[in-house]
Amino acid sequence: MQSTRPAEMHVRRLHPLPLRIMHWVNAIAMLIMISSGWKIYNDDVILGWLHFPDALTLGHWAQHGLQWHFFGMWILALNGIAYMTYGLVTGRFRRMLFPIRWRELLKDMYDAVHFRLAHDDPTHYNAVQRLLYVGILLVGVVIVITGLVLWKPIQFSELTALLGGFQTVRIIHFLCMSAIVLFLIVHVTLALLVPRTLVAMVTGGPAINEMKAKAS
Amino acid sequence: MSGIRSPRRSLFRPKGGIDQSILREHKALIERIDRRKVLRGTLSLGALSLLTGCDVGETGPVQNFLRAVSGWNDKVQEFIFRPDHLAPTYSEADVVKPPRFNAHYDVEDVKPVDGSTWKLELSGLIADKRPWTAQQLAQLPEQSMIIRHICVEGWDYIGQWSGVNLRQFLERVGADLTAKYVFFRCADDYTESLDMPSALHAQTMLATKYAGDPITDPFGFPLRLRTATKLGFKNAKWVTGIEVTNDFQETFWSKQGFNWFAGI
Repeated sequence: MQSTRPAEMHVRRLHPLPLRIMHWVNAIAMLIMISSGWKIYNDDVILGWLHFPDALTLGHWAQHGLQWHFFGMWILALNGIAYMTYGLVTGRFRRMLFPIRWRELLKDMYDAVHFRLAHDDPTHYNAVQRLLYVGILLVGVVIVITGLVLWKPIQFSELTALLGGFQTVRIIHFLCMSAIVLFLIVHVTLALLVPRTLVAMVTGGPAINEMKAKAS
Repeated sequence: MSGIRSPRRSLFRPKGGIDQSILREHKALIERIDRRKVLRGTLSLGALSLLTGCDVGETGPVQNFLRAVSGWNDKVQEFIFRPDHLAPTYSEADVVKPPRFNAHYDVEDVKPVDGSTWKLELSGLIADKRPWTAQQLAQLPEQSMIIRHICVEGWDYIGQWSGVNLRQFLERVGADLTAKYVFFRCADDYTESLDMPSALHAQTMLATKYAGDPITDPFGFPLRLRTATKLGFKNAKWVTGIEVTNDFQETFWSKQGFNWFAGI
């Protein structure tokens, strides 16, 4: 079908439109979930020294934090399922995130800590990026599953038991949030340092060569 | 926009209502306000609040929307609920004594209920509405369960509760088990209600004992609701009345924005 169209009619961008929409929907969902989650957390803290400042939390009182959280969960979960399906079906995950090779990973990590990591080609993710993206996708899956268990620990009591009980699940959920917040700090910092990547997530970015992408 | 709603009872608002004298003093100014500008301002405020996700307050379009989502979540929870699925139970060694106290006031402010004059009033879709005394209830078959209490705040503990199975009680008094809700009134003016499938769950009871002894005052003496499939706050203490009904009524916490179904 593609071969019947003129080449210039079919410009494939680094970030196709559906992906960009899902990325920004996820960004909004994440902000809602993290800030309302902090409100809920503050009512019964896991770490005695850690209370989130009210200015960073969403919702006037605890019940409003809960309302936001149980609204945001629908956006996060539905958008997340759409994103995962898209990434698997279109081959984007396979193309952009794999393979992750040990040798490249060690070299890229070495370069990264020496601020020498190459980023001249935004269509190609280095091994550190690949590992972080795959890792954060897995964290996303775990935070949704543990969220479901915290929401309905008795209806899904088999899953609660499998994951180590209600309070253990609560801690896993909290650790996943911490991982996402750390990822966000790095992700946003790097996007601001290399603004081209931020622009690409809005406009779609450079056209990519399908043949080259498939070969790499 | 639903306009101005009648003030609801809330912990977070002054009991005596809002001082109207400022409004009277500035009557002239208020009448001069350009309504069109206010409308425009409201629209941009609404857009801004959606944009930033900021919570404008306890009322208003954002709160209305979030409550509508909460209502949708009630329906999802009804769908998820497994009527024959039993909550895990635990051993006597796990039972925390005494149970953990929680209410919207401190334990010192609990007003004990006199068990000798206490009565359980029945109303609504119930054939035999004669009230029950503590002595009469004590003669009914006793059920015991060691279950986990999970609070909406996130903490939990394991407790042993004994009393009358709610389903058996409702059958005994000839309640309409096809009705939608079982509503509970309490000595401290607290209210709670259960959807009928949760009320009929095998692990839902009118508890009179904790860890084998009569429930003490802070925990609901002489009678409280205890169900294994709801968050802690659904388990009304010091119950004085049960109504079986098809009409939905908001409850103490749902009025304040907590999710009504509150299933776990």
